[in-house]
Amino acid sequence: MRGLAVFISDIRNCKSKEAEIKRINKELANIRSKFKGDKALDGYSKKKYVCKLLFIFLLGHDIDFGHMEAVNLLSSNKYTEKQIGYLFISVLVNSNSELIRLINNAIKNDLSSRNPTFMCLALHCIANVGSREMAEAFAGEIPRILVAGDTMDSVKQSAALCLLRLYKTSPDLVLMGEWTSRVVHLLNDQHMGVVTAAISLITCLSQKNPDEFKTCVSLAVSRLSRIVSSASTDLQDYTYYFVPAPWLSCKLLRLLQCYPPPEDGAVKGRLVECLETILNKAQEPPKSKKVQHSNAKNAILFEAISLIIHYDSEPNLLVRACNQLGQFLQHRETNLRYLALESMCTLASSEFSHEAVKTHIETVINALKTERDVSVRQRAADLLYAMCDRSNAKQIVAEMLSYLETADYSIREEMVLKVAILAEKYAVDYSWYVDTILNLIRIAGDYVSEEVWYRVIQIVINRDDVQGYAAKTVFEALQAPACHENMVKVGGYILGEFGNLIAGDPRSSPLVQFNLLHSKFHLCSVPTRALLLSAYIKFINLFPETKSTIQEVLRSDSQIRNSDVELQQRAVEYLKLSSIASTDVLATVLEEMPPFPERESSILAKLKKKKGPGAVSVNELEEGKREGGELNGGGERGGDSSAIASTPSPSADLLGLRAGPPVTAAAPSAGSLLVDVFSEAGVNDDGFLRFVCKNNGVLFENQLLQIGIKSEYRQNLGRMYLFYGNKTSVQFVTFTTTVTCPGDTLVLEPLIEGGAQVQQVINIECLTDFSDAPLLNIKFRYGGALQNLTLKLPVTINKFFQPTEMASHDFFQRWKQLSLPQQEAQKIFKANHAMDTEVLKAKLLGLGMALLENVDPNPENFVCAGVIQTKAQQVGSLLRLEPNAQAQMYRLTVRSSKDTVSKRLCELLAEQF
Amino acid sequence: MQFMLLFSRQGKLRLQKWYVPLSDTQKKKISREVIQMVLARKPKMCSFLEWRDMKIVYKRYASLYFCCAVEDQENELITLEIIHRYVELLDKYFGSVCELDIIFNFEKAYYILDEFILGGEAQETSKKNVLKAIEQADMLQEEAEAPRSVLEEIGLT
Repeated sequence: MRGLAVFISDIRNCKSKEAEIKRINKELANIRSKFKGDKALDGYSKKKYVCKLLFIFLLGHDIDFGHMEAVNLLSSNKYTEKQIGYLFISVLVNSNSELIRLINNAIKNDLSSRNPTFMCLALHCIANVGSREMAEAFAGEIPRILVAGDTMDSVKQSAALCLLRLYKTSPDLVLMGEWTSRVVHLLNDQHMGVVTAAISLITCLSQKNPDEFKTCVSLAVSRLSRIVSSASTDLQDYTYYFVPAPWLSCKLLRLLQCYPPPEDGAVKGRLVECLETILNKAQEPPKSKKVQHSNAKNAILFEAISLIIHYDSEPNLLVRACNQLGQFLQHRETNLRYLALESMCTLASSEFSHEAVKTHIETVINALKTERDVSVRQRAADLLYAMCDRSNAKQIVAEMLSYLETADYSIREEMVLKVAILAEKYAVDYSWYVDTILNLIRIAGDYVSEEVWYRVIQIVINRDDVQGYAAKTVFEALQAPACHENMVKVGGYILGEFGNLIAGDPRSSPLVQFNLLHSKFHLCSVPTRALLLSAYIKFINLFPETKSTIQEVLRSDSQIRNSDVELQQRAVEYLKLSSIASTDVLATVLEEMPPFPERESSILAKLKKKKGPGAVSVNELEEGKREGGELNGGGERGGDSSAIASTPSPSADLLGLRAGPPVTAAAPSAGSLLVDVFSEAGVNDDGFLRFVCKNNGVLFENQLLQIGIKSEYRQNLGRMYLFYGNKTSVQFVTFTTTVTCPGDTLVLEPLIEGGAQVQQVINIECLTDFSDAPLLNIKFRYGGALQNLTLKLPVTINKFFQPTEMASHDFFQRWKQLSLPQQEAQKIFKANHAMDTEVLKAKLLGLGMALLENVDPNPENFVCAGVIQTKAQQVGSLLRLEPNAQAQMYRLTVRSSKDTVSKRLCELLAEQF
Repeated sequence: MQFMLLFSRQGKLRLQKWYVPLSDTQKKKISREVIQMVLARKPKMCSFLEWRDMKIVYKRYASLYFCCAVEDQENELITLEIIHRYVELLDKYFGSVCELDIIFNFEKAYYILDEFILGGEAQETSKKNVLKAIEQADMLQEEAEAPRSVLEEIGLT
């Protein structure tokens, strides 16, 4: 097409953007006149103009005509005209176009033409446009073409990938059927190209319907085995730089990652052999010096390692993989170093290879320091984070801190969070922890989020042994001429509470402390100033000698007449308080902050009670030094006089997590760690037990993720809505949840957008009475690290109660009928909450039974009746709760027609009052 | 694969192929962003970039950058070799390909790509088979091409 070439060189010769636009407009006018002209255009001209339009569009200009001419070209029987028509449509036609019907007609004709070249063109067009209308028109036809015996290989290849595209856009329109089993057998096809194309389709279908496609596992293994063991020339043109079928090998290994390890011993043996061969080949001298050879070979190696990690069951292979990656860490190819760091990150979370990964710590630290490419450094930081445990935490945190001083802005926030998490999780002595966080604020104050500095304050408040040290350190840090506002916040809070601990030293006498804080006051924002004012009033209590100085400050116009209401109010109130209250009153009002209440309801104690001594998770917890709930809870208290956190919050999350299968507790994965450290306050009481008497609320919340629950029950059926909220601004990748209980497994859409919420619905049917709650396992990737957490879903036997109203007489009659000793369960326990009648009533109603009035002769007591509906049987239950206000104790008695039910109800309820 | 872009060192887009449905504005925005990001990279840096929830895999051949965006779990090295195989195909077809070949014969570049990759997945990795398909199509073209008028041959229409 000469005209086209001339036009293109004209455009290239344009000296300016304006000239180019001028030339294009001229051409557009010309084409428009040709299309509109009276003279019918022949196919060649039409083709040429359509091609010019396409070129103009690809330059980035809008095209609003020519579509019809392109559609006309589709029905030409000249191949090149048809081809240009299809190309134009693939690039330019939107799915909502009105032309779709005409296009679909042309495609239909070509598909039934039995001319393989035309068929392929039509299939390419469907695969390129992939609109819903096309899926509606062809989703039935393409599977037939794909599995028909007489279809040419090239057409099969196009059909397979075309179907894949339609399945991705409109999975509901691609119906599984008889063809699916035949598609799986394409893995055995003689033509390697057909296998290569088909496997992409099979992998995608397997991900969505694993059961229907599970026969593909053994087929894939035998195909892989044949490729891996073939000589480098056996596969002719499918050998790429001496590597046999690298693309297909990678895809086979990827397909296997959709499934657990093969159960059949022979298949598994063959697969392990393949994996070993791949690892062996990595050690052989290269057959070519070309980078293509090593890339293709290593692509297979990395995919094999992914599979080994996915199985996570072959210690020998895991360690070999780790050693191989260790070699790559020092390779001269940046690409290999990058990939090795990335892949090792996942290896670090396997219990089998964690130790092996750790041996490379020096190399990784070196990478963090010396790599010239920020993306490689980021990978190194991720890996350090993943390989961190108690043995190397100090070293890693120190390295990360020093890296933070020069780190790229784009990754600072993430780094800060990581350092804060590691410092807390592996704090052996808390002075180290305090130093680390203060350093963090010093080095990267802008990137230290509220949670991080709240946390350091909570920990200092809750630990007597670190308070003096914290006061001294923060005092020193504040000496710096320019210090970050977050440092002022921490300093104000800590000196206000514990300034007395360092006041003995004349260098940090009360007035020096006050002057130091006040020297920062004017540079701070309103919330920080408010916090400082609270610190000042605390000073008046701690150090009477500062009273007149501070009162003068409070009295100054800039405080007492401040235009900000909050500041003004504080100044007025504090001034008044300091002048009229007696020392005793002042001392009471401004007493040191009590430790965070979580300590009272220690989760550890709870855990021990639940799991008995020696349980893995309890040990783990002690090791991790998370004793007591002191690390939990996150509300700001002191600075803001009105915000005193009062809800006890033993970390529900932590309990829920640890109550999961031991695997979770044992694997020091990054996931559980984030969860532990940042279990927020606000979420009150045990995540699981909190829902015994209610159906809606927040089940779990941490820094990254919030899980809300709404549930409803009727008879023996229930429905639970889980809402997953992503609290970060980053996408979670490969987000999957698994519910394990009576065998049913759910898989969620694998993406949660940043800031987005995803809903999952679980239908529940109670077959028989039960004690163990179903478990919800959540896995996703955030910032390169795999997050893994397991929660107990709050489905308890009482959810299936039907309330039963009955009169006093009936109640006692039935009570007597249930008189066998095993039918009764009784517990006497201390009140955990205030004994408020209304609250108790509300809880009992929430339990699901009928609350019977005027039944018990003692009006203080509560009695309830209900029937638990299960598929297998109905279990009638009666309950009596006797509060003793003086002793702050309760006696709870449950009688049911089934002993396990009485016992379980009693256990559940004993935690509620 | 989500999309493939070919662009020059000056940031001029030479070929774009999208395997996910996106609006024209989104496409333009993404292209701009990716081109800028890749051009800012220095030689010897690694060929992979994390971008949004995807990975960008790129390689420079003479004056042209070839750049693919693949899903997060996709194999980076094999994607690099996808790029290389495509370059080989272009090279073999045009006979030591250069940027100008792709500019002037952009439709051919698209055809070759469609034979090699379809819907974002490798369709045929054998160089011979891909080129055979393209050559067959060219044969059809030559048969169909009738001599044109002189005026048209010199591009005056």
